[in-house]
Amino acid sequence: MSKKLYVRISIIIFCLSAFTKAQAQNLMNGKKIYETRCLVCHQADGGGVPHMNAPLDGSTNVVGNNIARLVKIIKEGYNERVALDGEMYSNAMTPNPDLKPADIADVLSYIRNSWSNKSSKITAAQVMQVSRKK
Amino acid sequence: MKNNFIALCFTFLLVCVNVSAQNNAGLSLPTGFKATKFADSIGSARHIAITKNGVLFAKLMSPNKEGKSIIRLQDSNNDGVADKITGWGNYGGTGIYVTGQSLYATSDNDVYLYTLDAKDEVVNPLSPKTIVKGLIAKNQHASKSITLDGNKNIYVNIGAYSNACQEKDRQKGSKGMTPCPILDSAGGIWKFDGSKENQTYGDGKRYATGLRNVVGLDWNTQNNSLFVMQHGRDQLNSFYPEYYSNEQSAELPAETMYELKEGDNAGWPYMYYDPYQKKKILSPEYGGDGKIEGGQNAIDPSMFFPAHMAPNALLFYTGNQFPEKYKNGAFIAFHGSWNRAPLPQEGYYVAFVPFKNGKPVGNWEVFANGFSGLAADEKIMNPRKAKARPCGLAQGPDGSLYVSDDNKGAIFKITYSK
Ligand code: HEC
Repeated sequence: MSKKLYVRISIIIFCLSAFTKAQAQNLMNGKKIYETRCLVCHQADGGGVPHMNAPLDGSTNVVGNNIARLVKIIKEGYNERVALDGEMYSNAMTPNPDLKPADIADVLSYIRNSWSNKSSKITAAQVMQVSRKK
Repeated sequence: MKNNFIALCFTFLLVCVNVSAQNNAGLSLPTGFKATKFADSIGSARHIAITKNGVLFAKLMSPNKEGKSIIRLQDSNNDGVADKITGWGNYGGTGIYVTGQSLYATSDNDVYLYTLDAKDEVVNPLSPKTIVKGLIAKNQHASKSITLDGNKNIYVNIGAYSNACQEKDRQKGSKGMTPCPILDSAGGIWKFDGSKENQTYGDGKRYATGLRNVVGLDWNTQNNSLFVMQHGRDQLNSFYPEYYSNEQSAELPAETMYELKEGDNAGWPYMYYDPYQKKKILSPEYGGDGKIEGGQNAIDPSMFFPAHMAPNALLFYTGNQFPEKYKNGAFIAFHGSWNRAPLPQEGYYVAFVPFKNGKPVGNWEVFANGFSGLAADEKIMNPRKAKARPCGLAQGPDGSLYVSDDNKGAIFKITYSK
């Protein structure tokens, strides 16, 4: 193995591990935010409370593509008389106006990839982009 | 062969019925009590009421698959299981009450009155009288529960559409409003004439105020007064971590029972009741720190219970079937908590408090447990895991006790024999 190739491979490995580490850190931060701000209502299993607090686990909206809506819900809270996956929820969700774009991205990435949910991660850039649009 | 097969099926069925009778529909009860599943999966059954002929009516939170929201259940062969189930109504709601041939039912805004014929069939399913209309319902605490006194007055709960009357509801750092503007039209019990049509706020009277949300209420005929169960406030720890740990927040405030006289104030949102200090404490949204006392003008609870258990029904037992200890005592259906997470949840059972002459005499105890369907020693960590959640109570003409579940819509019938 030539020295140059070795260096290149090392750099690639280093970048990759830094990248996954950053991702893991984002998810850790998302988990921490979830536990301090969301768990009380949406519960440890993301299952919510029947008729009261919407479930996040298994929700089509949570894993869906309408990121702007999700960001708005986290920032401004949510209390609408609409059916979510066919059920109504009576409680009023707490707004989080103080969360930074990176934090919103982390908590959304966390709820989109916890329990049985599997979906794309959200970046701070995406959060800023959809916030600017409206 | 075919006959044999049918016989086999029949035996199997009998065994099944027997097993379910033996295991008391999954409930654990004091000695001598038995339970059957009177009905199952009728839709989200909130409150229930029974006529003197034993016909049961359930109010559904929202119309069921058949589009019905008031369900009539009759057990014509008296085997503890409803065999004739019909329904009508296309609006969701919680409250239902029967007296004689009058059946009251509520939506989140209105109170309607139906007439029953001699067979307890509804006469005017499509054209009830509107007794009260235009009551505030803003999603949170919108359900209207009702009870009547012996004089045709109807008492309606109008829940506060807020947690603690903050300028911005459920937002960290937002202050409580003084005076709380919600109290003009909600956060209390309103009294109306049970036979007059088309009443609204101006026609009724604010009977009692300072109640965040009441779902369970009943008239005590022994001392002629109204008793209510308040749902205490949420999220002390989410908004004031400097004063309340997760553990304290799970245990605060108490769920409270009040005896209400006209004009009483129970103190919400300015205070809450602390079951450990046994004191009325100033709400942190109003400058409290978990220790400063508050509620100087507020009445004391008649009784208090662990936090967040969500008492959804109250029933004073006037029947003769149960042992003497239960006579005139209070049964309370605790819907079960969610606001104790990350700690295990509590409630999901029916409790009992002995009463004499309209006063509690002794401590409360769990009467019927096991609605959740989890093993007896298994803690409920997540509310959606609970199979059934007790929500309504009614007493049959023979003194049996019925409990409704608003998750999938089971009705349990509890009986006693020596
Ligand atoms: C006070 C209770 C409460 C808290 C705290 C809370 N929520 Fe909610 N959340 C709700 C309720 C209630 C709804 C449904 C509201 C409705 O239907 O009107 C909801 C809805 C949602 C939805 C939309 C679900 C769907 O299917 O469309 C998302 C996403 C969500 N919450 C995420 C979060 C996150 C992330 C946090 C923490 C940062 C959080 N919530 C904190 C009560 C809460």
